[in-house]
Amino acid sequence: MAINWFKYSSPASFYSLAGKMIPIFVIAATIFLIAGLYIGFFVAPTDFQQGEAYRIIFIHVPAAWMSMFLYVVMAFWAGIGLAFNTRLSSMVATAIAPTGAMFTFLALWTGSLWGKPMWGTWWVWDARLTSELILLFLYIGFMSLQAAIDDPRRADKAGAILALVGVINIPIIYFSVQWWNTLHQGASVSLNQSPTMATTMLWGMLIMALASWMYSIAMTLMRTRVIILERESHTAWVSELHQKEIAR
Amino acid sequence: MLQGSNLVCIRGDRRLFRDINFSLEAGGLMQVGGPNGSGKTSLLRMLCGLSAPAHGDIRWCGETIRSLGEVYYRALTYLGHLSGTKDDLTAIENLRISSALAGTEIDEKKARDALRHIGLKGRELLPVKVLSQGQKKRVALARLLVCDTPLWILDEPLAALDIHAIKLIKELLEKHLIQGGMVVMTTHQEIDIAAAATHKLQLT
Amino acid sequence: MFWWIIKRDILLAMRRRSDVLTTLFFFVIVVSLFPLSVGPEINMLRTMAPGVVWVAALLASMLSLGRMFSGDYQDGTLEQMLLSPHSLSLLVLGKAFAHWLVSGVPLVLMAPVLGIQYDLSVDALLVLTASLLLGTPVLSLIGAIGAALTLGLRGGGVLVSLLVLPLYIPVLIFGSGAVEASAAGLGYDAHFSLLGAFFLVSLVFAPWAVASSLRISME
Repeated sequence: MAINWFKYSSPASFYSLAGKMIPIFVIAATIFLIAGLYIGFFVAPTDFQQGEAYRIIFIHVPAAWMSMFLYVVMAFWAGIGLAFNTRLSSMVATAIAPTGAMFTFLALWTGSLWGKPMWGTWWVWDARLTSELILLFLYIGFMSLQAAIDDPRRADKAGAILALVGVINIPIIYFSVQWWNTLHQGASVSLNQSPTMATTMLWGMLIMALASWMYSIAMTLMRTRVIILERESHTAWVSELHQKEIAR
Repeated sequence: MLQGSNLVCIRGDRRLFRDINFSLEAGGLMQVGGPNGSGKTSLLRMLCGLSAPAHGDIRWCGETIRSLGEVYYRALTYLGHLSGTKDDLTAIENLRISSALAGTEIDEKKARDALRHIGLKGRELLPVKVLSQGQKKRVALARLLVCDTPLWILDEPLAALDIHAIKLIKELLEKHLIQGGMVVMTTHQEIDIAAAATHKLQLT
Repeated sequence: MFWWIIKRDILLAMRRRSDVLTTLFFFVIVVSLFPLSVGPEINMLRTMAPGVVWVAALLASMLSLGRMFSGDYQDGTLEQMLLSPHSLSLLVLGKAFAHWLVSGVPLVLMAPVLGIQYDLSVDALLVLTASLLLGTPVLSLIGAIGAALTLGLRGGGVLVSLLVLPLYIPVLIFGSGAVEASAAGLGYDAHFSLLGAFFLVSLVFAPWAVASSLRISME
């Protein structure tokens, strides 16, 4: 059976579809969050080197993963919007940015909290923290550019170019910062090495990552709905919707 | 041949115009009229390909101008509200550079002749910033004398000009039309330009 | 046409020499402020010099970005460029090159003099100048993207720094890294290879990105 995907690319049908999907993702995010935190704080064993303080990685690592993923996803949708002139994909890109910036900030904050007991200082110019800081600048640049442009279509397209330039640059920046400071911890989780951490720790982290995914999707859908309403406020279907809300 | 079908222009939340249809043949003149804010400039910018219509398409010799790209620009001369002249450069430098940018490089003599013809004799070597509004406009219009493009799109070419200059431009346009050129222009002044076919497009 | 644009922009810059000089003096002043703020201890200044000169060069070249397209935007020349039968990417490349000649080259020429203030060795001065020579064109090319995106916006000047400075970071790291490596007696070939690579990448991608941004900004 062929599904007509284009049907959902119209803002009106996406609006109602997203409305139905949001509760599912919110519930999923809550369940994963509770499970992940439970494993992280009560099940996972105490690290023999780092003591209890290491437990912040259950928030730090998923947040750092998410912050980078979301930038790529945002650039992807912005690029689709630029190439095919689809309004909805650009709206999704705009909706992702604040969530991405929030995770970047969370990763920096928890990183600094983790750094205090580990390195004895709130901030070190470690390669990962520095890259994360630059990523935050890129998110802020994207959001400020879009906020400065009044015409929404121009904002979409200009943001898309910036996001794409950013995506080309992220590997270069990451690599430069690595070079600049080779003193850093090895990757926390990597697929080709046997994990050096206890299996329960890995599970906790993966479940927390799932929770972040569900949360991001739910937030993006919510924000996209708001953007759709703002931009389509002059159309017939929005005023119909408004009438229905009042009648209720 | 320039054709527009079902053109719609949306600015912000407002629809400026809809269902604009026209077809301009060789030797044809189209005068676009309408009050301020009715979308005259928007329409002209659209015809140049600077902005895209919300709906409808614009064709040059049967192909959409988007797909033609630089081929279309080779056939087009656009003079907008902004003169496109640099205050710090002399009239001659301005004319030579703007012509080169438009694809026809001209030597100094040709530029000087064009400027004389349009009534700027003795002012060719002055920086444009010391010229009056009308004289600046003439520097911009001098490009029409040296270009060899069939399609001219002119936004308010007569604004700020004196009677002499208006007569000059009228003659220039008529000559271009007789030679099989096409002109799309906006103007607030009543002006009678002889043409094989004249369309009046009134925007509301 | 490429040369026409360069010739025109240089001509314009020559008629407005003060703009060029402002950028250059900004560079000199920023570099001279550091000894005043951290003290004249010569060993510390020597280690700081590459970073200070590079950061100042970054800020100075960013300062003139706003002018790259805004003049042409205000007087309508940019419209004519978009309607030119010549390739817009090529025109943009010409403008970026002119920007570099006008605002990048003076910085490169000035850098050795400022390096002497910081007691850099002759070798380090040479490396500093060479790294700026290779790095400043990248700054002009990347900066052009930011300038094109913020064209005609309120507060464009501040916004452009927000967009462009993070993208400058790799150039900063390897540019000042090369000087540090040479001062420490290490090899700096790799730094230069990478700066060259950044230059080539930006040469290929930036004109295209600028051309698209200009079309978007003019719509």
